[in-house]
Amino acid sequence: MSSSLFNGWEVVIGLEVHVQLATRSKIFSGASTATGDEPNRHASLIDLGMPGTLPVVNKEAIRNAVRFGLAINAEIGRRSVFERKNYFYPDLPKGYQTTQLAEPIVGAGEVVIRLEDGTEKSVRIHHAHLEEDAGKSLHEGFHGHTGIDLNRAGTPLIEIVSEPDMGNAEEAVAFARQLHAIVTSLGICDGDMSQGNMRFDVNISVRRPGEPLGTRTETKNLNSFRFMEKAIKLEVERQIDVLEDGGKIVQETRLYNGDTNTARSMRTKEDANDYRYFPCPDLLPVLVSEEDIDALRAEMPELPDARKARFMDAYQLSDYDAALLAASIATARYFETAADHGGDAKLAANWVMGDLAAKLNAEDLDIAHCPVPAEHLGQLIQRIKDGTISSKIAKQVFEACWAGDGSPDQIIESQGLKQMSDSGELEKIIDRIIADSPAQVEDYRGADEAKRKKKIGFFVGQVMKATQGKANPQQVNQLLQEKLTP
Amino acid sequence: MHDKTLTELKAGLQAKDFSARELTEHFLDRIEARDGELNSFITVTREQALRQADAADQAIAAGDHRLLTGLPIAHKDIFCTEGVRTSCGSRMLDNFVAPYTATVVENMAREGAIMLGKTNMDEFAMGSSNETSFYGPVRNPWDTERVPGGSSGGAAACLAARLAPGATGTDTGGSIRQPAALNGVTGLKPTYGRVSRWGMIAFASSLDQAGPLGLSAADCALMLQAMAGHDAKDSTCLNEPVDDYLGGLDQSLDGLRIGVPEEFFPDNLDGAIADNAREALRELEKQGAKLIKVSLPSIKLSVPAYYVIAPAEASSNLSRFDGVRFGYRCDDPKDLEDLYKRSRSEGFGAEVKRRILVGTYALSAGYYDAYYKRAQKVRRLIRDDFARAFKDVDVLMGPTSPETAFKLGAKADDPVNMYMADVFTIAVNLAGLPALSMPSGFIDGLPAGTQVIGNYFQEGRVLNVAHRYQLATDWHLRIPGAFQ
Amino acid sequence: MAIDSRVVARVAHLARLQVDDGESEALSERLNDILGMVDQLQQADVGEVEPLAHPLEVSQPLRDDQVDEPDVRDKVLPLAPASEDGCFLVPRVIE
Repeated sequence: MSSSLFNGWEVVIGLEVHVQLATRSKIFSGASTATGDEPNRHASLIDLGMPGTLPVVNKEAIRNAVRFGLAINAEIGRRSVFERKNYFYPDLPKGYQTTQLAEPIVGAGEVVIRLEDGTEKSVRIHHAHLEEDAGKSLHEGFHGHTGIDLNRAGTPLIEIVSEPDMGNAEEAVAFARQLHAIVTSLGICDGDMSQGNMRFDVNISVRRPGEPLGTRTETKNLNSFRFMEKAIKLEVERQIDVLEDGGKIVQETRLYNGDTNTARSMRTKEDANDYRYFPCPDLLPVLVSEEDIDALRAEMPELPDARKARFMDAYQLSDYDAALLAASIATARYFETAADHGGDAKLAANWVMGDLAAKLNAEDLDIAHCPVPAEHLGQLIQRIKDGTISSKIAKQVFEACWAGDGSPDQIIESQGLKQMSDSGELEKIIDRIIADSPAQVEDYRGADEAKRKKKIGFFVGQVMKATQGKANPQQVNQLLQEKLTP
Repeated sequence: MHDKTLTELKAGLQAKDFSARELTEHFLDRIEARDGELNSFITVTREQALRQADAADQAIAAGDHRLLTGLPIAHKDIFCTEGVRTSCGSRMLDNFVAPYTATVVENMAREGAIMLGKTNMDEFAMGSSNETSFYGPVRNPWDTERVPGGSSGGAAACLAARLAPGATGTDTGGSIRQPAALNGVTGLKPTYGRVSRWGMIAFASSLDQAGPLGLSAADCALMLQAMAGHDAKDSTCLNEPVDDYLGGLDQSLDGLRIGVPEEFFPDNLDGAIADNAREALRELEKQGAKLIKVSLPSIKLSVPAYYVIAPAEASSNLSRFDGVRFGYRCDDPKDLEDLYKRSRSEGFGAEVKRRILVGTYALSAGYYDAYYKRAQKVRRLIRDDFARAFKDVDVLMGPTSPETAFKLGAKADDPVNMYMADVFTIAVNLAGLPALSMPSGFIDGLPAGTQVIGNYFQEGRVLNVAHRYQLATDWHLRIPGAFQ
Repeated sequence: MAIDSRVVARVAHLARLQVDDGESEALSERLNDILGMVDQLQQADVGEVEPLAHPLEVSQPLRDDQVDEPDVRDKVLPLAPASEDGCFLVPRVIE
């Protein structure tokens, strides 16, 4: 605890995380969960709340929630109950959200997070429940009105509620990343925060050590881990400032703006919400049997921690590299394919975390949408290893792969990037360069052993230039040394 | 033709005594000529009905006889019917042309039924007199100064007046059985989950159940045969085999054990009503049934439990009527709050608003345990009472309603008094049991009904009891003088 | 548990119903009649009885994860009091 004191204040953070489940159809209707289409094309009669329509629960949503529960060692609700949370909002078509409260599908569990200093910490999960997403209110382009698009209405979510076990932004972000790794590894969510497919709400309060919990605020709209970290720091500072100035924290929801690194209070309604939860009479209790659970447990995919351990073991990767590559299922799959095809895990790890990551980042792409297939990166690594191309040429080949010019082998072939292996050809070039540079040759020969090592660089450069980088640097060095030594 | 039962009309169609078109035109003409006195229809679908009749005649000519081929049916305006206004008796849905069709309507159409139109009802099925309809009250054909009961008042009245030979209704607390009793017709509320609720505009989801109203138990059996069955679109609709209701009608009542709950004959019950029900019991005794005294002590709390649970569910079910996607919207809303509040206040009538307020209150913070949760506990006690009774008896019987049809407006200002009209029917909904009301005589010229309650999925037994009774009596065949 | 005009106003707001001052008193009276009748529940000895939400204690059937609902936009938008560009229209919502 004392490690997280700020100016003598203890910070208490809990998270509420909405995870959009990657089912084909909605939680209570057979409408598609696809995004990006015209408004209301995927709003069925049920999603629209048409009079007389009724919900039926999507089996896969239940299975996904159970998978998550198993991943965090939680008690699975053998009987869970959908309730109605009643409030009026135009993007909530029925006037209530169907959710779970008293009997959720996932009970208490635990997520272990790893901090930068290598220590581990357990964050308790209070519970996780299933619910439906709302539609979207569009405020632009309707000349002073708001447009309602219900395509998203009814998309299945699990809401994961943590205990207030985190003491600073680093811990909160580590927890968020670990949850992200778990749900993407399970394949129950694509984890795309920018699209709101995983949404984090952060509850923050501060207190003097030993005192009861302070009043908390909830910060929303954190669509990246970076923003989450900044927003938490901002809110902690604000609360401490308010309290140190003798003020009081008001329980409120705050909306974070990543562009300006500011947050503002969402209008607090003078009347407190009274959601009038009660069991949804259109739905019956969902029963999950021991057999269902065993079957799901048997087919559980590898989770991030297990995968990390395997990477360290099988590929001799460092703790850091293994953790990074194991964090998301897409990255892990990509890495493994590239490593297997390339025959060099360390080289594959360096490429995935280096050039590839940089390029994805620059173009704001998810690895799942990477234009260079993992097999191609593997081929590239293989060509580096077998000496067909140099590391430098490899970067050029990678760029061409990215641009869609074909596989590494095709590019090496069509652009003539193969390293020169014909020593006769290379010798001729070296002889010509030595003949053309008498002054440099004299200079080299006059230098002592230590200086020669530097001065040979000039000749290497000339050779590479003449061969357009295709010469094998080792071979060039060796030949030059032979020929320059009188 | 209109003095015949559905069963007789079916035989007539098969024997080609008349065509489906002739039959349909006859009823359409009767509605046109006489419904002005009753107001039992909100919408008459003449053209569609005649198209369906022609199709039925073709089917009959081709030898394709289904359960309801060529038989005209009136649907309660609570069932969504694609392309036809579905108002639920409310201004809120006065302009609502349903974009899809309810399973009940579809099931009956698949069996060849013809839709005559949509019948009047209490607004959102909330009422026991059919006076809360936006389209005005329905009048009782036995005395047009009196109410037909509710909420399926239009269905029962049009049947009694022989403006339709068969009708659908819904029953949340007695809305099929009480109007059936007050109009001298037969009405059955099936087991909760026997008939799909898809497309039936919800009042109280855990209580609502659709069922038939007919001139006889046999007619109800015929209609239920078509209505009932599993529907994957309704999670609460059970996947239980549908019995052969028609086949079981004639079964002897010898040895039938009839439970007579003392709570259905309380001291303050109108003596004529009690005598009427006892007379019906005696008739069944004559046929070999045994009467057994039973007690259902918790059902004295059924009305208060119901008036928490039903309004609570309704308050949530009716939130979707918000003036955004369909239905009534107020003029010139100045902001969203104004849009919600004025659309809902102008679109809903007084009784609907009262129930929404009661339900909202019962679910609100601090009152949930005292009202809603407590009512749900009482609900279990009531169900357990019935379960205990059904260990010793086959059916339970008593009067359907504590009174015959009352005067229009008599209870309009007294909701609690109005709620007591359902004192004998409500417990059945809380327990989810099947129950039927059959005509059992007249008191001062007004029909009285007797209720037969069965165990879960024992619709066949209930229909059998009523059918045997109707073989020995002719109360159900009496026609109001003005509508002969 | 008698309710007054203030409670009626709060509940009416939750239910998004407008209750004018003129009708508030009569409405409170009616609601109190109803709640008075309902209050008989308080006499019931319910102790440890489990609440019953559904008459039949059966479990929820589950649907296969298939897309089988048609696009109904062109059918339902005409039912809306106001719509534009495929969206339902409401007065501007300020967050």
